[in-house]
Amino acid sequence: MNASAREVRSSVPGPVLSARDLHTWFELRQWGFLRVGSVRAVDGVNFDLQTGEAVAFVGESGCGKSSLARTLLGLHQPTRGEVIFEGRSLGTLDGAERKAYLARVGYVQQDPYGALPPFMDVRRILHEPLIVHGVRNRAERDQRAREALEEVRLSPPEDFLSKFPHMLSGGQQQRVVIARALILRPAMIIADEPVSMLDASVRVEILQLLRRIQIDHGLTLAFITHDLSTVRHFAERIFVMYAGRIVEQAEVNELLNHPQHPYTQALLAAISDPDPDNARQQREVPPGEPPSLLKPPAGCRFHPRCNRMIAGTCDREYPPDLEPRQGHGTACWLYR
Amino acid sequence: MAGEPLLRVEDLKLHYRSGRGVVRALDGVSFDLRRNEALVVLGESGCGKSTLAKALMRLLPRNVQHFSGRMLVDGVETMGHSEERFRREVRWVRISLVMQAAMNALNPVVRVGEQVAEPLRVHRGWSNRRALDRAAEVFGLVGVSADFLQRYPFELSGGMRQRVVLAMALVTEPDLVIMDEPTSALDVLTQASIMNALKRIKQELGTSFILITHDVSTSSELAERVALMYAGQLVELADAKDFFREPAHPYSKLLMASVPRLHQEETPVHIPGQPPNLLDPPEGCRFADRCPSRFDRCDRDPETFRIGERRTVRCWLYAQGART
Repeated sequence: MNASAREVRSSVPGPVLSARDLHTWFELRQWGFLRVGSVRAVDGVNFDLQTGEAVAFVGESGCGKSSLARTLLGLHQPTRGEVIFEGRSLGTLDGAERKAYLARVGYVQQDPYGALPPFMDVRRILHEPLIVHGVRNRAERDQRAREALEEVRLSPPEDFLSKFPHMLSGGQQQRVVIARALILRPAMIIADEPVSMLDASVRVEILQLLRRIQIDHGLTLAFITHDLSTVRHFAERIFVMYAGRIVEQAEVNELLNHPQHPYTQALLAAISDPDPDNARQQREVPPGEPPSLLKPPAGCRFHPRCNRMIAGTCDREYPPDLEPRQGHGTACWLYR
Repeated sequence: MAGEPLLRVEDLKLHYRSGRGVVRALDGVSFDLRRNEALVVLGESGCGKSTLAKALMRLLPRNVQHFSGRMLVDGVETMGHSEERFRREVRWVRISLVMQAAMNALNPVVRVGEQVAEPLRVHRGWSNRRALDRAAEVFGLVGVSADFLQRYPFELSGGMRQRVVLAMALVTEPDLVIMDEPTSALDVLTQASIMNALKRIKQELGTSFILITHDVSTSSELAERVALMYAGQLVELADAKDFFREPAHPYSKLLMASVPRLHQEETPVHIPGQPPNLLDPPEGCRFADRCPSRFDRCDRDPETFRIGERRTVRCWLYAQGART
């Protein structure tokens, strides 16, 4: 696999993937034609991912993290802003280039059972992307399918090639999904909640597998999750999202040990470690719920729930990106 | 009756018929629960946790092959009750249930207030007005504004719907509420806030809880007692402080080591292998194939050993003179 590992390394210096002022809005219509507003799923996101790094986008459901993943994959057209991959904006690619881009970015879906066609056996599932991307030689396809299965530790591959998804356990299904994402030898993997549908005991195994593959092949891994307690082991940097925006970003340990944004602080305070004393105390939880993305509040989106809200500032204007600590960015007026 | 536990379950078994044979989903479970106590039932998917909830509520599917054991509520044996008597005296009167994903099972075309009031009209024959007033009180208890009584389920967020379902289980003031994965579909902050509500309810109303979940960390928010299930059996039953700090069964130890913790540098371990098929569970200890401490005795079905005042372990390691 060494030759292919070298093959996937990006030749372009600088960030492999960037988002610039990225907005993905979904128009809501009534009776099919009356425009009644937009759901601002991604609403002004900026970041750079370096080649070979593993990052996690963390946030609650409805914060726009899956929409972000799908926009990065080119499955949603950004309303404004752009996604830049290896120096080129996705919006400027023609059909053939777009197809080539999809071969360079693997996608691992949340629900493995939903992601695998039930009427195809594993061999067919793994051949499909190769056929689409013009690998004509059947023997070569077979060889690559076997390699991919070995890579995700489904061995011997012969035992799995002829199985259908329903014959596999949840963990094995997710391995097949990962094998499929790897089979075109991508430069980057986007994994959308890769373990949230799996049993707790299998989760760690799958996350370790992804991490090992990422390191072995020097892949860039963008990992979308709501589970802050596992990210430390599988990512180097964290982006915290709230209501369509990135509110904080830093290297993993820095963020977990010195959270700056009140939302991140609340999130970390709400996570329990298994401790029998937990049952004796109430946990501090910010009141209310995340805002509607149809009409997000003015100013900082977290201000209606924030206990350190500065009246007249936080409820008026969205905070700029500040850097209260070295390499640790947050969008919060407290650090002005 | 003084000293009598609220619930005592002995050797409860529930087997299903399936196309490929008999599934021994619940295979001899015994425990007791005191008044105002919270018991957490932990286990991987397919270990029989949800079947336990159904068996306790006697909500049995049609393909039951075998249902046996004893179940005493306040010292009164209920297994002999007819279906009608069980419905009148136990289900939703003494014990209520929040089923898995119940928040998605609310009737979409009925206002949530009426759905919460329904058990009162059915079980107590209350008038609509009176039942709705009571529903409003319970809404306050679980942290939902009384304005929401008039809303339809689709107008509420997931967290709010989960609270509504909880209100439905609490409205008849049962002694025991069984909850099957009540917060696993919810976000961290919502989860924490619902756990806060449960703690408050437990303290204020003296309700007992059985919380069924696979999420060890969240379960610790409520747990006083822990029961760990594996392949249809209870492998360890202990006080939460003992279980979380010093698990005894090899499976408990591995499970605790597999829990990711926020401020822990080491990578959590994973438990190798898979649970056995309940169609044809292995002879002897069901965990033996995955167990790092396996020895020759494990080929025989382990007994349940008492290793503390209220602590039992189903493992040969705790037999007198084990490994000699």
